[in-house]
Amino acid sequence: MLIWLILIPVIAAALIGLLRTPGRATAIVSATLTLILGVWAVLSATFCPECCDSSCWSAFGGSTLQFRLDLPMSRIMVLLSVLVTFAAILGMKAPNKDAERSWSISALLLSTGAIGAFMSDNIISFYAFHELALIPTFVMIGFYGRGDRRTIGWTATIYLGLASMVLLAGLLLLCAETSAWSFTDMAANVREGIVPTSTCLIAALLLVGFGTLVSLFPFHSWAAPAYASAPTPIAMLHAGVLKKFGLYGLFTLAYVFGPACTDLFGCWNNVLLVLLLGNILWVGYVTISQTRLDNMLGNSSVMHMGYIFLAFAAYVASGASNELAFKGASLLMLAHGLTIAMLFLLCGQIESQTRTLELDSMGGLGSKLPALGFLFGLAGMASIGLPLLANFPGEFTIFISCFEGWTPGAPQVDGCILGTIAGWFGNLGPVQLTLIFALWGLVISAIYMLRAFRRIFEGNTVLATERATRLSCADIAAATFLALFIVLFGIIPPAL
Amino acid sequence: MIQNLPWLFLLLPLVVAAIDWLCFSKCPRTAAGLSTLSAIATFALCVAYLNGWQTGTPDIYTWLPTATEGMTSLSMGLVTDALAMRMMLVVTGIGALVHIFSLGYMKGDSSNLSRYFAGLSIFMFSMSTIVLADNLAMTFIGWEMVGFSSYLLIGHWFHKDSAADAAKKAFITNRVGDFGFLIGILLTLAVFGTITFAEMGGKAAGIAPALLTATVICLFCGAVGKSAQFPLHVWLPDAMEGPTPVSALIHAATMVAAGVYMLVRLQVSMGTEAFTETACITIASVGAITAVLAALMAMQQDDIKRVLAYSTLSQLGYMVMAVGLLAGEAAMFHLYTHAWFKALLFLGAGAIIVCCHHEQDIWKMGGLAKLMPLTVLCFLMGTFALIAIPGFSGFFSKEAILHAALETCPVFFWIGAGVAALTTFYMTRLCLVAFCGQARDHGAAEAKEAGPTMLLPLLALGVMAIISGYGFIADFLVPYTGFEAHGFELGLPFYVSMGSLALGIIAALLVYGCGKRTTDPLAGNCLSTALRKRLYIDTIYDKGLIGGIQEYGAQIIEFADAALIRGVIVQGFAWLTAKFGMLLSWIQNGSLRGYALVAGIGIVIFVFILAFTIPTL
Repeated sequence: MLIWLILIPVIAAALIGLLRTPGRATAIVSATLTLILGVWAVLSATFCPECCDSSCWSAFGGSTLQFRLDLPMSRIMVLLSVLVTFAAILGMKAPNKDAERSWSISALLLSTGAIGAFMSDNIISFYAFHELALIPTFVMIGFYGRGDRRTIGWTATIYLGLASMVLLAGLLLLCAETSAWSFTDMAANVREGIVPTSTCLIAALLLVGFGTLVSLFPFHSWAAPAYASAPTPIAMLHAGVLKKFGLYGLFTLAYVFGPACTDLFGCWNNVLLVLLLGNILWVGYVTISQTRLDNMLGNSSVMHMGYIFLAFAAYVASGASNELAFKGASLLMLAHGLTIAMLFLLCGQIESQTRTLELDSMGGLGSKLPALGFLFGLAGMASIGLPLLANFPGEFTIFISCFEGWTPGAPQVDGCILGTIAGWFGNLGPVQLTLIFALWGLVISAIYMLRAFRRIFEGNTVLATERATRLSCADIAAATFLALFIVLFGIIPPAL
Repeated sequence: MIQNLPWLFLLLPLVVAAIDWLCFSKCPRTAAGLSTLSAIATFALCVAYLNGWQTGTPDIYTWLPTATEGMTSLSMGLVTDALAMRMMLVVTGIGALVHIFSLGYMKGDSSNLSRYFAGLSIFMFSMSTIVLADNLAMTFIGWEMVGFSSYLLIGHWFHKDSAADAAKKAFITNRVGDFGFLIGILLTLAVFGTITFAEMGGKAAGIAPALLTATVICLFCGAVGKSAQFPLHVWLPDAMEGPTPVSALIHAATMVAAGVYMLVRLQVSMGTEAFTETACITIASVGAITAVLAALMAMQQDDIKRVLAYSTLSQLGYMVMAVGLLAGEAAMFHLYTHAWFKALLFLGAGAIIVCCHHEQDIWKMGGLAKLMPLTVLCFLMGTFALIAIPGFSGFFSKEAILHAALETCPVFFWIGAGVAALTTFYMTRLCLVAFCGQARDHGAAEAKEAGPTMLLPLLALGVMAIISGYGFIADFLVPYTGFEAHGFELGLPFYVSMGSLALGIIAALLVYGCGKRTTDPLAGNCLSTALRKRLYIDTIYDKGLIGGIQEYGAQIIEFADAALIRGVIVQGFAWLTAKFGMLLSWIQNGSLRGYALVAGIGIVIFVFILAFTIPTL
């Protein structure tokens, strides 16, 4: 049954490619079908696990495929994938018919790869599906990108290709040492005490491999240029969905390992804490100094990954018992995917209206196109963590999770600066201390997002915004679709 | 079912805001009517509750449940105790009046009316969330949402650069405060083991004092941002770019008082023993500094709204000082009377501004007492309450704070008395210049009395400005359980406050006479310039912190990111790889003889290894 989530887009892509059916229309039909099927599968797997057990999920023509939705995070990720795929395809505006076909095929394959990876139980197919999804990204940047597309495309290809090799080495080593090739087997083996011996090496390979794919500092420099250059639907799908693969992988392995995950990843946890502060503070300030909207959004997306890594560090530190960290990370991944996809979508529309993305050459667009201003404001506010919008529950849960299980000691003043700060608040542990610094990111993100909104939508209209024309309902349909879910998940965080 | 009625305080405005914004952008009058009706409805509900109409405990909505035993789960519940419900009376009462006033004030702005009223409704929702919250996480939700609605309403005329900048400044400054507030919430969770107010009581005793101090000061940071205390006070004067009714509701009566309310709520639930001496001195000092600085700056403002804005800052400083002196009841009493008379002053100023054709400079007004007597009379009621003339509401609450200060720490008493004199001076200056003498500009000369939608709220607030301090109403309504309004008693506080009142009035009369002057005689010297430039604090922030450290810092990091990470590390790695490839390519030079030679050597080595390392062969 789950196989149809993969087959439908592949069939649609084949129809477009081989039988030359209309690109967008076919893609929309396919995306609608996967949306319905995906939402239904996620809901029934969550609320009625007995309706359809693993054999019914993964049965296909007599044989059993290794797809499942029993991990909480894979349900969230599949939900995210089908939602963003639908919006990306609905909001797609290709320059001509041929481009429309290749854009549609790429978007469909990208989402197939992502969904396949999130549903795979087999670790090799988990890896292979992600590789499949990367290919259309590279191709689309190379052929239809903005700016210096060849350099950017090749940089991303080589960068992510190398990362994947490192990751593959880590995964193979892990599989070999636990003698398991699927997450289910691995969990069973770990429970029986078959744990890897070269943990520090494996953890390093996994963190670098997965980390690069999620643009962990200092392996982040591919991300912002690639997103800025990629065509809108590809940027939406990659930043919104595919990028979460790395975090999904880390969390799933930690979940599979259970209490033993501290032994596996604990070796690098303090390093990870420093690196994720690099994401939040360093990249945060890089974001502040961006002058183009697309670069700013790309960097902001890199920055927000820091909070999810923070949740991962808290989860690992607690020996996989910190339910809040896991939950917060899932919620924030879902929310971030929806928001960043919506922001890239609107960014594309702003560009098509004003033919520029330089913040300084815009202004007053809110008076010309109030609907666009409203939607961008909503997505921007969501991304800086306003309550009642999707990102807030995730972020807040992560903050709380970092203090979960920590009991304050008597305050004391230690020698070094960090020790003094930690001592002040009653001997903070590394995770708590990192969180205190990470919270400054809330101020940083408010600064760059409000500044961008101020420059684009507020003030007097200028030459570039004067020529903006009215948007039709079709233009804002995709963004409205995402906005609905951002509000829904903000008020009722999905309990998956 | 019926016990869940208090949820209407939250849901009604929220739903109305959504409907206004999405459905009625084309018919703004319906939107305005709907919003106003919802505000009046919540006010009625609040009055019903205060008259003893209790229905039981409202249900709790757990929006983030956790399965693990002992793990924090996040929920929303409502506190409907006296402190909360009486604060709700201020919020919904002034809220309803401001809605009605806005109907008249915003008449000319019909295109964006639905957005304006949606903003007001979001504000009513968020403020009610803060007031009724039963835990700090829910307070934080309301906290952020009032910040957002304030952003929305300050930037209502966002095509104006000044309004857009002011809105951004308000939001970001508040975020700086929230940074501390959030740390405080997390520390509370760790230290007290709970963020629910009802469960905090009595736990402070077993906690190390230094830790309590850290927790309380971090929580106080939130109040510093929201209640615009020094050093984060800079956003409030700029917030006057918003429509005047918004200034009255959000930036005078309710939202800016949320910080004080939150602190008092904490004092009530944690117990005063949680507020250690260090924390108290910090809080009281910040309040006192704000009160003095703001009162000084108010003396040299020419914009009628700015005078009132600085006066709000100064009064908030008073309340925060009282919280620091562990006199929460006095702080809430002052919050309560201040809300009515300051809303009155702002709405009065709004009526004056509209009637003078959007003129805000007091030096271009003059002689308004004859042209719009009712409005000016109401404004004077507010002024008398603010400068604490005996018999008006502000007198009683200010006495309460001065009493508390004298009992706890006399330094703060004398600071309070000094601020009272300054307050009297700048308010008398404002009234003399704007209302007496002759009109100095044609806008003021053509002024007429405001219409009924504006006058009625003014009259209602005027009555409240007088009576809200008296025991018969204050004992019933002051938002503090078991509080009795201070009766009038002769003593040092009374004599000192009468002295400062007389001093302020006489000084202002001497300097400004009866409104005959056309320019400020105090202007021109360096002290006056410094006060007009807000003691250069904003300049230091703009040029130093934001324009300097933040901008250049961000540029440097951007440069380092590009040069170091993208340039040296990534490109360097690529360069090394390329060079290594070149090195290897030298082997593949295409010469057959070379290949044959290498192959020959290889075979020899291979045979050598076979022959010598595997002897059994």
